[in-house]
Order: sequence, then C-alpha cells, then structure tokens
Amino acid sequence: MPAAHGIFAAALPPLAGSLFSLLAITSLLLAFVMLGSRWLYEYLIAFAVQSWLIALLSAAVAFYGGYPELYGIAVLTALFRGLVLPYLLLRIVRRLKVDRELHERLAPSSSLVVGAMLVVFAFVVATHLGQALGLTGTVAVLALTVMLSMKLIGFLMLTVRSEVISQVLGILVLENGIFLGSQILVPGMPLLIELVILFDLLVVVACFGVLVRYLVVHAGTSSTLELRRLTG
Amino acid sequence: MSIGALVAVILLAPLAAVAGCLALRRPRASEYLNLIAAIVSFGAVIALLPRALGGPFTLWRGYLIVDPLGAWVLLSVATVYLLASIYAIGYMRALDEEKRLHRFYALFAGFALTTLLGPLMNNVGVYWIAIELTTLVSTFLVGFERTRESVEAAWKYIIVVSAGISLALLGIIFFYWGGSLTLGATYDLTWSALRSVAPRLNPTIALAAFLLVFIGFGTKVGLAPMHTWLPDAHSEGPAPVSAMLSGALLNTAMIGIARFIQVADSAHLGTLPRTVVVVIGALSLLIAALFITRQTEIKRLMAYSSVEHMGVMTLGFGFGGPLGVAGALYHMLNHSLNKSLMFFGAGDAMHAFHSKRIGRIHYVLTAMPVAGLLWMAGAVAITGAPPFGLFLSEFTILRAGLAGPNAWAVFVMLLLLIVIFIGFLNHFRTMYFGEHPESAAVHRQPRAAGTAFWCVLPMWLALVPLLVLGVWWPRAFAHYFAVIAAQLAIGGSP
Repeated sequence: MPAAHGIFAAALPPLAGSLFSLLAITSLLLAFVMLGSRWLYEYLIAFAVQSWLIALLSAAVAFYGGYPELYGIAVLTALFRGLVLPYLLLRIVRRLKVDRELHERLAPSSSLVVGAMLVVFAFVVATHLGQALGLTGTVAVLALTVMLSMKLIGFLMLTVRSEVISQVLGILVLENGIFLGSQILVPGMPLLIELVILFDLLVVVACFGVLVRYLVVHAGTSSTLELRRLTG
Repeated sequence: MSIGALVAVILLAPLAAVAGCLALRRPRASEYLNLIAAIVSFGAVIALLPRALGGPFTLWRGYLIVDPLGAWVLLSVATVYLLASIYAIGYMRALDEEKRLHRFYALFAGFALTTLLGPLMNNVGVYWIAIELTTLVSTFLVGFERTRESVEAAWKYIIVVSAGISLALLGIIFFYWGGSLTLGATYDLTWSALRSVAPRLNPTIALAAFLLVFIGFGTKVGLAPMHTWLPDAHSEGPAPVSAMLSGALLNTAMIGIARFIQVADSAHLGTLPRTVVVVIGALSLLIAALFITRQTEIKRLMAYSSVEHMGVMTLGFGFGGPLGVAGALYHMLNHSLNKSLMFFGAGDAMHAFHSKRIGRIHYVLTAMPVAGLLWMAGAVAITGAPPFGLFLSEFTILRAGLAGPNAWAVFVMLLLLIVIFIGFLNHFRTMYFGEHPESAAVHRQPRAAGTAFWCVLPMWLALVPLLVLGVWWPRAFAHYFAVIAAQLAIGGSP
C-alpha cells in the first residue's frame, strides 16, 4: 500500500527528493567534519550547522508532506539544538580552557576511515530494511542510512575521543541522527513526544554541564582517560 | 479511593517532599518529609494493588496506565523507597553532610518520583523519557559525595546509559515507523496499540526494532555486556541510593523489556527474540559469577550480584509462560527486599570499618552484632539458599526453563548459581571469621550516636518478609502472577 508509506514512496516531486537528500547527506558530512577534527570549536560549529540543517529538513517535510506542526518543530530545533545547546557547550569549553583533543585513541585520519566503513555498514542494513518494505531507491532508505551512520559515528566518537566535551557531542550526534531520521520516516509522530525529547535534550546537556564542573573540581581533569580508578 | 486518586497520591507525595525539602532547607525536616512521602506512597501502592487486578485502566487522557504488571513493579519500587528512606536517616547523619542534606533528600524523593512514574507510562515514547529522567536525577545522587571516585562513577553512568538508551529510542521509532505503515502517519504509540499492530508489522523491521529496544533498555537494566556502568554507580553512591538503584530503578527498566517481549511474541518473529533474551540473561549470570568470585570491594560485590539477579529475572521473562513470568515477578520483589538489606549492611560495615575493601573488614559480628547477623542472613538469602524467598523464585524460573526450547540455559543457570553461591559466601566467611583476631580491633569505629535504630530497623523490615515469602507463597500473589502472565501472553488482554 504505497499511500500508507506517506510522502516518501516513489511519488515525491524531484525537487523535494533532491532537497531531502541534500540536507541528509550534508548532515552526515558534518558528522565527518567532527570526526576528522581535533578542535573542540570546530565540533561545536559543525554540530550547530548540523542542527540548523535538520531544522531546515523539518520545515521541508512540513511543506512537502503537509505536516504544519513540523514548522513549529523546525523553529524549536533551530532555537534549541542550533543555538541554546551550542551556547551551553561553548560556555563549558571556555571554562575548561581546553580547546583540542590531546590524546585521542585513534588519530582523526584513521577515524575517518573507520567512519566510512561504518557508513557502508549502515547502508547495507538500511538497504536490507528498505528491501523488506519495498522501498528500494527512495528517500526513506537514504534517511535510514544517514540515521544509522550518525548513530554509529556517535558511538565511534564516544569510543575514540577522551575529552569530556567530545563525549557529550558524541551523545548529541547520536540524538541528532535519530531526530533527522525520524523527521523523514515518521513525520506524523505526535508533537508532544518530539517536544518532550527536545526538552529532555536540554536537561541532559545542563546535567552534563554540572557534571563536567564536578569532574574538573573533584577529579582534577577533563579527560576521561584519567577516569580509571573504578575497575573490576 | 478511586484508582486515579491513588495514583495521584503515589506521585504527589514524593513531589511534595521535593518541594518541601527545597523550600525548608533544613536537614531534620527534610529527612522526615521524605520518610512521610515514602510511607504515604507505599500505603497508596498497597491500596492500589488489589484494584489494579481488574485493569488495565488508562488515566489522564490515556497517558497513564494502571495494570497488574505495572502495579507489581510499583510495589517493589515503593518498598525499596520506604526501606531506603528509613535507612537514609541513619546513614546520612553519620556522613556529616548536614548543609547539603536537604538537597540529598530533594534528589532522593525526585529519584523515587521518576522511578514510580516509569511503570505507569502508557505511551512508549513517554516511558522512554521517564527512564531517561531517572538517569538524570540519579546521576547526581551517585556523585553526591563529590569524591574523585563518585564523580567518575557519575560520569560513566550518565554517558554509558544515555548512549545505550538512545538505541532504545531508535528501536521505538522503528516500531512507530512499522506501525505507521498500517495505522496511518499519526497515532499514539501506546503499549496496547503496539501490541495490536504487532501481528501486521513487517517482520524485518519488528525484529530490528526489538533488538534495539532490548539492548537499549538492557543497558539500563544492567545486563551484560552493557552492565559496565552498574558496578561503578552502585558502589560509589551513598548506601540508600545504591539500594534504590538496584532494588527500584532496574525493575522500572525491566518492565519495558517484559512488555516488548510480548510485542515480539505478538509479531510472530519466531524463536530468535526469546533466544536472544535468554542468551543475554545467561551471559549476565556468567559475567556476574566471574566478577563476584574475584571481587575485593564490598559494594561492587553487591553490584555484581544485581547483575546476576537481573540476569535471573531476564531468564524468567525469556523462558516465559505462566511459571517463568511468576518466577520473574516473585524474584523481582524478593530481590528488591534482599538487595536493600545487603546494601544497608554494606553501608554499616563501611562506616564501622572505614573501608570498602573486603580485606579490611574482619569479625563483623563483634563490630555490629545485630546488623551483622541480619546482613549474614541476607547474604545466605541472596545466594538463593532456602528458606528465603529467592530460593523459591529461582527454583520456579528453573522449572519454567526446563519446559521450553531453551532448556540448555537452565543448566548454565544452575551451574553459575552454584559458583556464585560459593564465591559470594566465601567473601562473607573472610569478613566474619578472619584469620587474624588481633587485627579486628584496629579499624573499627563506633556507630554514630542515634543512628542505630534507623539503620537496623529497615534491615529487620527487609529480612522478615523475605523469610515469610520463602516459606509461604501467598495465594493472592499466585493469582496476581497468573493474571499478569495471561496478560503478557500473545493476544493477552489490552
């Protein structure tokens, strides 16, 4: 039943299809920018731009799919994810007086290679799921690929980066991936859930901010490499 | 009182305590406010239990659900909240943190509120958010003592659990996506909607979604290999917080797994989902057995024991059927009582000997005669020895497994339970009957004045029901479990 697949089966205007693809792929590229850089400020800018792109995507889905409530989500995404969160993180970075990764477990160049392999894996999984639903070659498969890739890249960042702020950004990339995918796959998701998840993210980052301060004061470090007292 | 009023009381009591603690900012007032909230919540949960049997009822525009399964989890949560609130009065006074005590109790009541909220959530997305909230509040309780170790534990806890639980969100979105192909783009993803749409879900999507959800909530439950946050968080928080984490929080996430197993059953995904659940449960037992035998710290020992018991419960739900579900649910309550007792004893021993290390705790009975005896009894109980409740529930789960397709897991479970029995009690042997009597007097500290009553009372309150539940399986419970098992079966009531 193609009609039930929403706007994302074959019957998508070519312009809309290209726009969705462009936004999704650019967001994925920005995840790679974070992966390939050592500088915390670059992470922040990439994250902010990524959030803005996702906001644009929400607006585009609202326009082409006829989900007016997504305009509101677009505005809130731009505001919260694009401005407030980067600002909160910027404050943490300034307070930490650390502006780059010093001891990453995997050099940025190697992480890019691993990241590329993860995208291939995500593509295989997404294609498989797409085939099961008869969606081969649609935006839905692309959205799935980007969603899973960003998820995996987020986990990769959590694994190979040791600065606390990189870990927070890793979590945020995970969340951005889910949010991006959900805009295309389930645009009709009840508004309340999306609002609460947005709010939840804000609380998460606030908690991270407080914890980072505790870490610096009580553990004397902002690098998780130093957190190795608790083992066994 | 109506069900709606009872639910309101259950939730508003801790909320009022949070507000009261923050408004009054007095240590003594905060203690008692929190205790009163715990008593009121517990009373309301007890009153709710029989009423929930006729459920499921939905309240508040369908966002809240009261069903027997949820009410049962509420019972174990409220029990631990009450016991931990009594114990906290004694334990926290001895910590000498008077100035920050009102904040501790505000967080503590807030933590209880979020854990009580989880089982009541009818919308799957909102349930996820409730679980996420429990993490955020309890992180600050774990890091409350502000030592280097506790802050490290808090950090690992929030990072590992946030990352893990984001997989559950992905899984929920997959479920929503799969459902939207038949139900239309916008609908409310309640448990009943998910269950009724499950047979029409595309199996590939449903399987992927179930695995993601299981790994995600499994992280929060502390199943191996996603358990890494658990020993740190349980060992570094103050003892009442450890009891709440282990006895209350883990159950709140477990209920999600139980409900998703039913969804997987209804989707007719074959044997794979249950096999995955059983394998992860058995793996948790294995990891716990390895770390319990080689453990050197008292609270980490208890933490790995939680991994073990979550594994046992997961096996119970994974085996399924009336016996498996009944065993798992009985085990949930028994474990909540018993693990509270164990953490209380560990907290007392830490105060008495000023150390967490098992090697520095000797002749416990001379330092704390009554609490020591209770703790010892709890240790025997938690390893699954008769005549305590855990023996009955573990035995039930073993019997349930033998009948199913994953009977191999029963033998693995049995073997590992024996290993854990020996390993766990061996640590207690060294702590109670050490080799060097003269070293016993060296580290011992007298108990702070006025705390004995508050510390020992909850241990009695935990041990006595545990013993009763071990020799007498109340008929009302059996009926309750039968109703829950029927509702958790394929096509079970809404």
